[in-house]
Amino acid sequence: MSMLKKSALIACLCAAPLIGAVARDGITVFQKGKSFSEKAITLKIGQELLFINDDKVAHNVYSMVNGAKVDLGLQRPNQEGIMSFDTAGRYRVRCAIHPRMKMMVTVE
Amino acid sequence: MLAKKTVILISCIALSVGAFATSETTPEKAAASGSKAASADFRKDYHRPAEIPYPEDNQFSEAKANLGKMLFFDPRLSKENNISCGSCHNPSFSWEDAQATSVGTPMTRLGRHTPTILNLAWGEVYFWDGRAESMEEQALGPIGAGGEMAQDMEELLIELKEISYYTGAFEEAFPGEGLNRANIGKAIATYERTVVSSIAPFDRWVEGEGGAISDAAKRGFTLFNTKAKCSSCHEGWNFTDWGFHDVGIPGNDEGRYGVIKIDVLKHAFKTPGLRNIVERAPYMHDGSLTTLAQVVDHYDGGFVKRPSLSADIVPLGLSADEKADLVAFLETLSSNDTPVTYPKLPQ
Repeated sequence: MSMLKKSALIACLCAAPLIGAVARDGITVFQKGKSFSEKAITLKIGQELLFINDDKVAHNVYSMVNGAKVDLGLQRPNQEGIMSFDTAGRYRVRCAIHPRMKMMVTVE
Repeated sequence: MLAKKTVILISCIALSVGAFATSETTPEKAAASGSKAASADFRKDYHRPAEIPYPEDNQFSEAKANLGKMLFFDPRLSKENNISCGSCHNPSFSWEDAQATSVGTPMTRLGRHTPTILNLAWGEVYFWDGRAESMEEQALGPIGAGGEMAQDMEELLIELKEISYYTGAFEEAFPGEGLNRANIGKAIATYERTVVSSIAPFDRWVEGEGGAISDAAKRGFTLFNTKAKCSSCHEGWNFTDWGFHDVGIPGNDEGRYGVIKIDVLKHAFKTPGLRNIVERAPYMHDGSLTTLAQVVDHYDGGFVKRPSLSADIVPLGLSADEKADLVAFLETLSSNDTPVTYPKLPQ
């Protein structure tokens, strides 16, 4: 049931700074000013969503997917992480630290 | 007129913010040099909003706000009919209660300090740990919580329906729906959204009145946005990012982590706004610090170091003068709000 490719996530978070390493065929979301650069986005199943923290403060992107928590972990400035979904649906992605940072992801 | 849908701002004061803007000097460099440009640059981020926001599914009406005020101050909403929302959220203490932690209807001590309800209309999630996603949900929480008002909601509905004024007031506020659990929350939330701090000396200074605050306060404001790093979390006109941070207060309360099991949320509590902060002592989620000077000392380096400590909390190395300047700035956020009149409650 795992919706997140955790191996990809871990690989990215361990190799900071990574800005510039855009996910192939993926979509990039920035986190500047305690705000996601996208408020709503549509993905294909398995398509990567790259979160880049280009802010001055740390963030922690997460989502609840069919009752399971998907947690990108702490992202300090200039770090990034990747999330992807393997089930169609609509998911809210949020920063755990700053709940005003939120976006809707539609997976088709 | 109970509620003002539009926050009365400083519209009568000529706005000259554009004249403050500087282009080449960064705030950090300017702060280091003591330049006036620094505080001017920062001020642009602290203008008050023009209107109180209301959600689409609970728009403002005077009937709702009037009803909500009655419910907010009616002790019959508690099991023993001895405390109201306003007992802990006391307007005389800027909607707190001047205690480290309050007592509920069974007269037992609660685990966390009473937060103010000032300026909650702009909030995101509610309670110290953010467990309520809306003010409507939050308003109902303490009514039913065993340690707080401990009221059985079904019994409350029966009690309120026996008071004819309330049945009529609910019907007026919620035509065709009347008195039910959800509308109790909606009415109280509507009243709470009208509770907005008034214009403080700081606001007058932001809008261009140079003598509205002291030089010490101006230096404190620059420190607030630079060396002291306060604005990393206490941002914007209400001085909060509505976020959750472990700021290193000792104790076992895991805060937001009890709601969402994410490591960074251990011991994390919602950033409180700073409006009328002088009137809201004691401070922090557990009320453990009694003065603003103690709070500044805490952030200067008195925090507990643990894995969940916010990445934004670091030793500051503030001098005694700098600490005093920060407190002087915080004192400019008091707005001397109009005293609240208690409603006459129906029998």
